[in-house]
Amino acid sequence: MSTRRGFLKCMGWAGTGIAWTVMGGIPRAVNLGGDAEAAASGFSFVQISDSHIGFKGEVNPDPRGTLQVALDKIAALPNKPAMMIHTGDVTHLSKAEEFDTAQRIIQGAKLDTHFIPGEHDVIGDDGKQFFDRFGDKGRTGMGWYSWDQEGVHFVALVNVYGFAPATGATLGKDQLEWLEGDLKGKSASTPIVILAHIPLWSIYPQWGWVTSDADQAFAYLKPFGSVTVLNGHIHQVVQKVEGKVTFQTAMSTAFPQPKAGEAPNPGPMKVPADQLKSVLGIRDIEVVPPASPKLSDQTLA
Amino acid sequence: MNTIHRRALPLAAMMLVFGFAAYAAEPDSVTISNFAFSPAILSVSSGTKVTWTNKDEEPHTVTSADAGKTFKSDALDTDDSFSFTFDKPGVYKYFCSIHPHMTGTIVVK
Repeated sequence: MSTRRGFLKCMGWAGTGIAWTVMGGIPRAVNLGGDAEAAASGFSFVQISDSHIGFKGEVNPDPRGTLQVALDKIAALPNKPAMMIHTGDVTHLSKAEEFDTAQRIIQGAKLDTHFIPGEHDVIGDDGKQFFDRFGDKGRTGMGWYSWDQEGVHFVALVNVYGFAPATGATLGKDQLEWLEGDLKGKSASTPIVILAHIPLWSIYPQWGWVTSDADQAFAYLKPFGSVTVLNGHIHQVVQKVEGKVTFQTAMSTAFPQPKAGEAPNPGPMKVPADQLKSVLGIRDIEVVPPASPKLSDQTLA
Repeated sequence: MNTIHRRALPLAAMMLVFGFAAYAAEPDSVTISNFAFSPAILSVSSGTKVTWTNKDEEPHTVTSADAGKTFKSDALDTDDSFSFTFDKPGVYKYFCSIHPHMTGTIVVK
């Protein structure tokens, strides 16, 4: 009985006062009434990646069709997403007609969409066609940008330039300097979502699944209590949690790739036609700032 | 004996033809297969037109590694080819701009 009374007493205190909570990875005092209401709002967004419009390989002769299936899946989500992100390789060969087709299909989703390029989107013209269609108005340098949405700071990075023989992807000095400035002054409890096409952690350097100078970016991100890194490029979900940083790659909407080192090369992985949709997918991300985003990967099956 | 003789001659002729064809095709072509340039180092004489052909299902490029990009292909889809004529002696390093771990060298004598 005394335990129960103590508990009720405590409840009473908590109900009218303040409590410590961990949100965005940072312990802080909150006014339960006010913040509970704020926390109840929140929003969701979706990620698609690697639509490879123009791909004609045996595993999926119709990447336009599977992109449409992905968008239909998004339209059927119980919570309407506030926006969509595409983490690169919109096209397969950077051809004008591929960009046009992709743009037409994606616009059909009628969602505010933020794009970053993959290496397949910048072949031959350093991304001119890509940025003409999908470039963010606020972009700087070689296309990177950031924006704030409902308490979350989004940073869209570009790591598909500056490839040199036998080196992996890089962010480059200019972009890293910009990132340092971009994060300055942001509260440590602001959830940060980083977008980049090629993984920002070393998954398998032998296949180029690495960004060689990403460590510097994470040095700038160290003060933040919640950092979510959304990548594409490897056409499968791989997750790593390191301290307050969650890394997660996404499925493609076009074709799967083998697991690291489990094939002679990272080329398209063949699967029976009736199993294709079970290895393609979308990602739904629920955000209730200042808590860390919740990621939910769903296949197209 | 006669039958064997008749069979042997066309076979020898075919071997000769294919042998020459292979010999003629090899020195100025590079095959892109399994995410690699083959041969990785190709020696040719000045004035040779070198042709790269992509046999992978994944696209690749042939991109000169020098700052001036002496030669640079578009994206090569499966079975696409790219050619470049090397007029000056030298060592030309190149890579695939989509998969930069793929590298090759043309030595022009």
